[in-house]
Amino acid sequence: MAETSLTDESAAPAAVLPARAVRAGDRAGAWRSRRYRWDLRWSPYAFVAPFFLFFAAFGLFPLLYTGWAALHQVELTDPDTMRWVGARNFTRLLSDEFFWNALRNTVTIGLLSTVPQLLIALGLAHLLNYRLRGSAFFRVAVLTPYATSVAAATLVFVLLFGRDHGMVNWVLGLAGFDAVDWQNGTFASQLAVSTIVIWRWTGYNALIYLAAMQAVPHELYESAELDGASRFRQFLHVTVPSLRPTILFTCVVSTIGATQLFGEPLLFNGGAGATGGSDHQFQTLGLYLYEQGWVNLHLGRASAIAWAMFLILVLVGGLARLLRGRGEGR
Amino acid sequence: MRALRAGRLTYVVLGLFTLGSLFPLLWTAVAASRSNTRLAQTPPPFWFGGNLGRNLSVAWTDANMGTALLNTAVVAGTVAAGTVVFSTLAGFAFARLRFRGRRLLLMLVIGTMLVPPQLSVVPLYMMIAELSWTDRLQAVVLPALVSAFGVFFMRQYLAQALPAELVEAARVDGASSLRVVWHVVFPVARPAMAVLGMLTFVMAWNDFFWPVIALTQNGSPTVQVALTGLGRGYIPDQSVIMAGALLGTLPLLLVFVLFGRQIVGGIMQGAVKG
Repeated sequence: MAETSLTDESAAPAAVLPARAVRAGDRAGAWRSRRYRWDLRWSPYAFVAPFFLFFAAFGLFPLLYTGWAALHQVELTDPDTMRWVGARNFTRLLSDEFFWNALRNTVTIGLLSTVPQLLIALGLAHLLNYRLRGSAFFRVAVLTPYATSVAAATLVFVLLFGRDHGMVNWVLGLAGFDAVDWQNGTFASQLAVSTIVIWRWTGYNALIYLAAMQAVPHELYESAELDGASRFRQFLHVTVPSLRPTILFTCVVSTIGATQLFGEPLLFNGGAGATGGSDHQFQTLGLYLYEQGWVNLHLGRASAIAWAMFLILVLVGGLARLLRGRGEGR
Repeated sequence: MRALRAGRLTYVVLGLFTLGSLFPLLWTAVAASRSNTRLAQTPPPFWFGGNLGRNLSVAWTDANMGTALLNTAVVAGTVAAGTVVFSTLAGFAFARLRFRGRRLLLMLVIGTMLVPPQLSVVPLYMMIAELSWTDRLQAVVLPALVSAFGVFFMRQYLAQALPAELVEAARVDGASSLRVVWHVVFPVARPAMAVLGMLTFVMAWNDFFWPVIALTQNGSPTVQVALTGLGRGYIPDQSVIMAGALLGTLPLLLVFVLFGRQIVGGIMQGAVKG
């Protein structure tokens, strides 16, 4: 009885307890304080351990192993047998026209999707920043594309962009234009794939800009107004500069996303596999990695492509740092 | 914060944005209620037809969407729950506990956010092949169970919402770390945990690249894997494909209708601090 009440009341300082209980609890108390110290010291590590254990097993180890696998010939059908080939997976990439084609397409689609997306998002955020009736509705509405998966979105857009009976060509036809072959044209297909990306991510980026706009101090606008700046000039000279770090952040995130573009070009192709169109016209690096690894079964070559993609991201990251550094230096 | 009153033009433009955002989804439903032959005619249909039930049931059974929905609910639910609990524990430790190496470990967490998942996909596949996990749900659950973004998100929230005195008071009362977590941290963190849970659920539900590699159409597909099978010609009927897309999207749309405000709030919160 006394024991249980003691453990329950571990809260109470010893002095308040009756003398008998203190004597009985001496040993328990010592043990308890040891346990307490031990708890204080090691619990933090226990709390962060799950993250690091899972990351080590499913993040760090595979990451390093990719570099190792890239130096071998490994086939998907027999992943246990690895034959050392040195840098051959990398050197063959340099003379691989499909790799350069995929790199070119990734850059083009990346620009076609990221630039309009962020510009539209900026304008949309500006509108959402007005005092609005039903602002909650508009915010959720423009975010719904974000809830739509790559797969579901691409399947719909394949139909909308259909050459013979698609809605887009039908509207173009009403306006007097010829039907566009959205799947087989090089630029047309890249534009169509970019449209899917733009549709899914504009609202999301607009909300991020909106959050940043709401943090811009009111006084900046007031003094701009005193200087006689129009609303458009205020947007250009107060809002945009204040948003600079956020804009840079979204640029980096969108660029990372664009580099990894995979689902849209895979499914925009319909049943024709991972080639990214009959002439590889919209095959991205992500898709080429998948084709090498899981269609052509060359896991070593796929690893080399993965490292090439990583290199590109490092370059982009370095560029962003450079830009930010210059921005802060002003 | 500035709040200029919106003019009529603002509403018109925002209305157009809303229409543009919702139209592809609405049209998915329209196409799912038509027939394959009708979708191969011009002009495309603008209103619902009578084939929805038939298309949904074909997608449900023949395209394995029923299994896929169940699997995805299990996967996304487990991933969201795991991420929320682990992130809260780690976020609490980083925000309010003192231990050696704290700063370094936190920098490591943030650093892992910059590593693109595609870089590790080949060895990951070799791993699950070795473990005979291909086509098992654990192959997509376990790698997604922790999230650097989640840890960072919870740390930022708790650093501001959890007063250090509250933790101290519980300590003085002799509460163990686990009791502090249970009785102090979790109650305080609940709003952020809910937001993180919803964001993670949406992301896990829509996860594409890795599930498409690790799972197959006829084994235990997630929704995205089943839709990929449909898109690659598994059933050459466009109206059924649209019914599948509709089935795979509806659960998330429901989440958005119910919790859209909170999700919007979460994204905006994450943006300001991130």
